Amino acid sequence: MSSATANAQAAPRAYHLPEEPHLHEGHSTSLGFWMYLMSDCLIFAILFATYAVLGGNFAGGPGPKDLFELPLIAINTAMLLFSSITYGFAMLAMEKNRVSATQGWLFVTLLFGGAFLFIELYEFSNLIHEGAGPGRSAFLSAFFTLVGTHGLHVTFGSIWLITLMVQVARKGLIPANKRRLLCLSMFWHFLDVIWIGVFTFVYLMGVLR
Amino acid sequence: MSDAIHPHDAHGHGHDSHDHGHHEEGAHGTFGSYMIGFGLSVILTAIPFWLVMSNALGDPRLTGIIIIAFAAVQVIVHMIYFLHMNTRVEGGWSFMAMALTLVLVVIVLAGSTWVMYHMNNNMMPHAAMDMTGDMSSEMNAGHDMSTMANMSEMP
Amino acid sequence: MIFGRLTWDSFPWEEPIVVATFCAVVLGGAAVVAALTYFKLWGYLWKEWFTSVDHKKIGIMYMVLGLIMFLRGFADAIMMRLQQALAFNGSEGYLNAHHYDQVFTAHGVIMIFFVAMPFITGLMNYIVPLQIGARDVSFPFLNNFSFWMTTGGAVLVMASLFLGEFAQTGWLAYPPLSGIDYSPATGVDYYIWALQVAGVGTTLSGINLIATIVKMRAPGMSLMKMPVFTWTSLCANILIVASFPILTATLILLSLDRYAGTNFFTNDFGGNPMMYVNLIWIWGHPEVYILILPLFGVFSEVTSTFSGKRLFGYTSMVYATCCIMVLSYLVWLHHFFTMGSGASVNSFFGITTMIISIPTGAKLFNWLFTMYRGRVRFELPMMWTVAFMLTFTVGGMTGVMLAVPPADFVLHNSLFLIAHFHNVIIGGVLFGLFAAINYWWPKAFGFKLNEFWGKVSFWCWQVGFWMAFTPLYILGFMGVTRRMRVFDDPSLQIYFVIAAIGAAIVAAGIGAMLLQFAISIWKRDELKVEGDPWDGRTLEWATSSPPPEYNFAFTPVVYDADSWADMKKNGYQRPLTGYQAIHMPSDTGSGVILAALSTICGFALIWYMWWLAALSFVGIVGFAIFHTFNYKRDYYIPVEDVTRTEEERTRILAAGV
Repeated sequence: MSSATANAQAAPRAYHLPEEPHLHEGHSTSLGFWMYLMSDCLIFAILFATYAVLGGNFAGGPGPKDLFELPLIAINTAMLLFSSITYGFAMLAMEKNRVSATQGWLFVTLLFGGAFLFIELYEFSNLIHEGAGPGRSAFLSAFFTLVGTHGLHVTFGSIWLITLMVQVARKGLIPANKRRLLCLSMFWHFLDVIWIGVFTFVYLMGVLR
Repeated sequence: MSDAIHPHDAHGHGHDSHDHGHHEEGAHGTFGSYMIGFGLSVILTAIPFWLVMSNALGDPRLTGIIIIAFAAVQVIVHMIYFLHMNTRVEGGWSFMAMALTLVLVVIVLAGSTWVMYHMNNNMMPHAAMDMTGDMSSEMNAGHDMSTMANMSEMP
Repeated sequence: MIFGRLTWDSFPWEEPIVVATFCAVVLGGAAVVAALTYFKLWGYLWKEWFTSVDHKKIGIMYMVLGLIMFLRGFADAIMMRLQQALAFNGSEGYLNAHHYDQVFTAHGVIMIFFVAMPFITGLMNYIVPLQIGARDVSFPFLNNFSFWMTTGGAVLVMASLFLGEFAQTGWLAYPPLSGIDYSPATGVDYYIWALQVAGVGTTLSGINLIATIVKMRAPGMSLMKMPVFTWTSLCANILIVASFPILTATLILLSLDRYAGTNFFTNDFGGNPMMYVNLIWIWGHPEVYILILPLFGVFSEVTSTFSGKRLFGYTSMVYATCCIMVLSYLVWLHHFFTMGSGASVNSFFGITTMIISIPTGAKLFNWLFTMYRGRVRFELPMMWTVAFMLTFTVGGMTGVMLAVPPADFVLHNSLFLIAHFHNVIIGGVLFGLFAAINYWWPKAFGFKLNEFWGKVSFWCWQVGFWMAFTPLYILGFMGVTRRMRVFDDPSLQIYFVIAAIGAAIVAAGIGAMLLQFAISIWKRDELKVEGDPWDGRTLEWATSSPPPEYNFAFTPVVYDADSWADMKKNGYQRPLTGYQAIHMPSDTGSGVILAALSTICGFALIWYMWWLAALSFVGIVGFAIFHTFNYKRDYYIPVEDVTRTEEERTRILAAGV
């Protein structure tokens, strides 16, 4: 800080701001939310590590090859990818301050998210009916917990999405709502990234094993 | 830091070099960038599914390595095109947080598998070839040798 | 059905010690409630404290919580020392196994999660925003919420004393002992939900403080001009955010095993209990650095202030802190060398563990060189700091001994280990907290602490600590394992008796400290000080003591790491005119309500009251959503109020001169 030192020798230093600095509202929100996502990422890291260590312990029960139906997973992955791009469109509409377009794309996103959850629940109930529930083996415990935690996140994301749609409807695209939509956008795309890990390591690698 | 305070440039003393200027709250994508990201991720998803479902390569090990590589690329694509990650957002703090998280994820995953693999080899009677008799009394003597040998097998 | 598995038999009627404690707590609690009602303080507490988002008030509430829980945790310690001193020559002592096992578990859990953590969180909460010249933290509402979540966890632990039982598993609840087969009662469930509820609070407050330090530093305060305490707080909070999720995930897996019948850590169906040990220590090792790093910052501030010098090797101190932060993730296996990962794994983790002593050693030399040729004033904070240097070094060296895997095979699970970690946690964390309390008390309340009783407490602690733990080192070398309730070998008794006497002397030290607080509050007018009683060097001393709610009338501008010292050196004049209205966050009761609902949810899950758990969970989500519909979360302190407060201070300063 040589310039500051030079200034100080020339003139007495100003030790306070004469004007009240204006910290714009929500100045830390996106950074704080990003840090929350990183901490969430570590929760998933533990679940992945558990799956990596225990995923081969079938305890005489069924393994991935007997259980996973890849076409279903492919459809599910497509649902999530579509929901991502539609959320992206919602954000683009939001930047142009077009309320109804934003709401419309958010609603489409919600539908895709709902479809994803529906397919996942269908898969889970099939597995449980086949006698491959979470208690059957350490492999299935780890599988249900990892995939289920992701699904739970999508569920809460959807609840949050509905909440934001109500709030946008009531208040419009005010800065606070934009900030919230941005946070949910990060959350939603983050869940995509986790899903890449899930379909690669759990489903595809599982069938390969 | 001070970039959140508006009249800061009037004073201009003592900013970090990388903290100059005012950052928009998160970077934004465009229609084009979203479509590029979407197109890439569709391709990067479809190919691994196809490889596994058709067993086109006939070699599970090779297929596994390839789909992991695709996953890694797809994660980066999502980071750039959907999460708008770069080294400048939030004065680089977001990127640093992500880098640290990545390091920790690697430590957790690699460390746990490494630790547990050796533990299983040493402590599970059926897993270790040279395990004879009572495992607790054996632990100190012979097995560390086998562990040394195992080391090369693990990443 | 309504009460789940909570019945009349859940109350520990047959334990006279617990019943007596219960009576005492009820009487004491009733007295407190009556007093609060009589003096009509409930409204005041609710409005001025419980719902406050002021980081200073929240910081003080954290310290109060830590102090209360410290007394509980220490009571457990005294009970153990007494039991172990008595249970010889066929005597069973006075605690049965069921009770004794709960006592040692509760002692560990409380001391780490509900004493050390609230203390350091409170300290960081109070000091960091002041040190960086901010008005509050980044997310003031979350700050209040975090505090109440921590309190909720503490409430659950305390409830286990009178309702059901606490875990009998040791403080980390290793399965399969903590699994449903071997611990079918409520103990482990109390453990799980207390830690989960408190853990949410800890993680959120970590995120909050990082964002505060990153985003809200005063103009001019670049990273390398941050006070060292702020630096170490930053690193500690990064560790919190990067490690508490691991604890959360691990406990989720354990609770799924207990509630949903999964097989992660069971002995059947492919489960692996060792995976739990692996996972929990990935959190557990960073946790001990979370505890010690902020105190390293305290020692740096105290040493430099009381030596009247700039800290020696500021840059190396910062880098050492960052090094420790990263290395703390590469050593977790040293907690289970003997579990059987073999020589290659053990030597890797042994070496990384030893490497950590290098940056720590560098710090010690920095403090010593700061004192060298300084005009050292041996006030109470400095006394605690010097005591820390001596004590912690011994603890560190026994730690390096334990880091050698072959030595660990002999010493693990022994009283040597117990002595080692009490040596670093008491000598490091607790002494640091006492230094910090003595140092910053005048900042928070505007008067110094009584010196005589402070010294009594100090010497009691020093003597008591070494008397209590030296015998444990010796016993550990002789192979005595930890968590024993009765002993066969009568020749060991003398060591346990000495240790018990040591614990009694520590108790006297704690008593003297409480007396010190009481007398100081009583005689606060005699001990009154101005803003800067110690000739401080960092920004928190630039404002009045106690600081106004807005901290600084004008946002300070920073040119130096020791910014207040720099301001004083350059003849800084406090501005007397030109005040403006100040933008502040508003108080809210939402944090209290959300945390209360979470605590109820945890309680319902412990007792299998499924309807209540579901109801309170829906309540949490619903109320959180409701809270987000409140967009009006801030207000302006009118310029007249600022002017009045500041002119009052001007008058006091003029009278003082």
